[in-house]
Amino acid sequence: MKFIHGVKADVTADIVYMMCPMHLLKLDEMIKGLEKGQVLEILTDYDGALEDIPQWCVRTGNEFIGMDEDEDYYKFYVRKAGNGQ
Amino acid sequence: MSKCYFDHVATNPLNPEVLSAMMPYFKEDFGNPLSVYDLGMRARDAIEKARSEVASLINAKPSAVVFTASGAEANNFALRGIALAKQNQGKHVIVSKVEHHSILNSARFLEKNGFVVTYLPVDKHGLVDPDTVKNSITKETVLISITHASSEIGTIEPIKEIAKIAKQNNIVFHADGVATVGNIPVDVNDLGVDLLSMAAHQFYGPKGAGALYVREGLRIVPLIYGGIQEGGRRAGTENVPAIAGMGKAAEIAKSELDKRMDNCKKLRDRIIEGALKIPNVYLTGHPEKRLPHHASFVVEFIEGEAMLLMLSMKGIYAASGSACSSKALKSSPVLLSLGVPTALAQGSIVFSLGAGNAREDVDYLLGEFPQIINRLREMSPFAKGWGEGTEGEKCYTG
Repeated sequence: MKFIHGVKADVTADIVYMMCPMHLLKLDEMIKGLEKGQVLEILTDYDGALEDIPQWCVRTGNEFIGMDEDEDYYKFYVRKAGNGQ
Repeated sequence: MSKCYFDHVATNPLNPEVLSAMMPYFKEDFGNPLSVYDLGMRARDAIEKARSEVASLINAKPSAVVFTASGAEANNFALRGIALAKQNQGKHVIVSKVEHHSILNSARFLEKNGFVVTYLPVDKHGLVDPDTVKNSITKETVLISITHASSEIGTIEPIKEIAKIAKQNNIVFHADGVATVGNIPVDVNDLGVDLLSMAAHQFYGPKGAGALYVREGLRIVPLIYGGIQEGGRRAGTENVPAIAGMGKAAEIAKSELDKRMDNCKKLRDRIIEGALKIPNVYLTGHPEKRLPHHASFVVEFIEGEAMLLMLSMKGIYAASGSACSSKALKSSPVLLSLGVPTALAQGSIVFSLGAGNAREDVDYLLGEFPQIINRLREMSPFAKGWGEGTEGEKCYTG
């Protein structure tokens, strides 16, 4: 897993306390609304996202930039690719 | 014999237009809203339409409305959901003593799970003093929940002032709007609340549908886990007919609110004026800051349940305080918190009006009510000597 700090996101989706599969649905919904190259930040406390979000990026062709941790949730960063969903 | 329904805070009859709006989702449009085919899409559209209508009634964004199965669920969701989401910041919650059981019992649940709860006192009219709220705040306070209006005494609380105090102190504020939404104007932005509970059957919608307004950006822990319904905030296949009905009821309530309030207020004032002419009958709740469809009293020397029974024999349906206390034959904690003596609190009676009531109904009530009180007092050991110049039990002077 790639840990990064200080990434500036264009849009944030806060789904802390929401369970599976909200992280994937939100990711899919939000990324559709972005322009190529824009960065989405997803805030979630769901542990399954640690595997699911990088895998989702591989599957859809979007770039998984990395993740960060706050006190009680994770921050995931995804850049919309030109050929991504 | 006339049939007069004066128990609209218990529930309301379903508006026929609301029933029509619900019917397709019992019949041809029965699909699961999560299904991808057209049946599912139609059910999904019905839910989103209802969300917009409910949001419009309270001046909120549709995405801030989470459907629940009842007002009680919305209250549980608000208290437990916010307390758990904020527990790392503090474990103190403030509620008032005139809250519905769904708030008080949720607060007790939180106490059993390590939270500290302050139960705020009220004045003799049932009003929460905003200064008392301010003085109860500690560094640990994460949530304040105050009812917008009590369905037992009708008093409308100073929600706007309390919301300001909560905001100044960066504390989440929930108002229980079950008794107010659809009955008086409710604007979540004007009130400044972060969360607001509501129930469809309080404004001629169906039972089994409620909602919680959750201000955008506020994190809340779900009460029910499972699927992705309501954006993951409330799992379970949606009660589509009931939600569609709630939306229709909200739409009608918005357009008819002024007319309904005006009609109810006139009748309410007539009941209050008439009932207070009976000796040793006292109004409970605030004389002015009260729900337009709510008239509540305590009657000295006799019991609420006996009054209800005799009224029902005359075709008049009313209530004696909250349904829970009434069933348990327990003095209402709400009335006791106003300073009403225990014995007098047993003589509680609530008449709540609705769109179906007319002046003739009220005249019929005012003709029967004094006779019923007299007959019960003749049988009451507590009334012994009353009316002959002997002192009865100390009366409520609120």
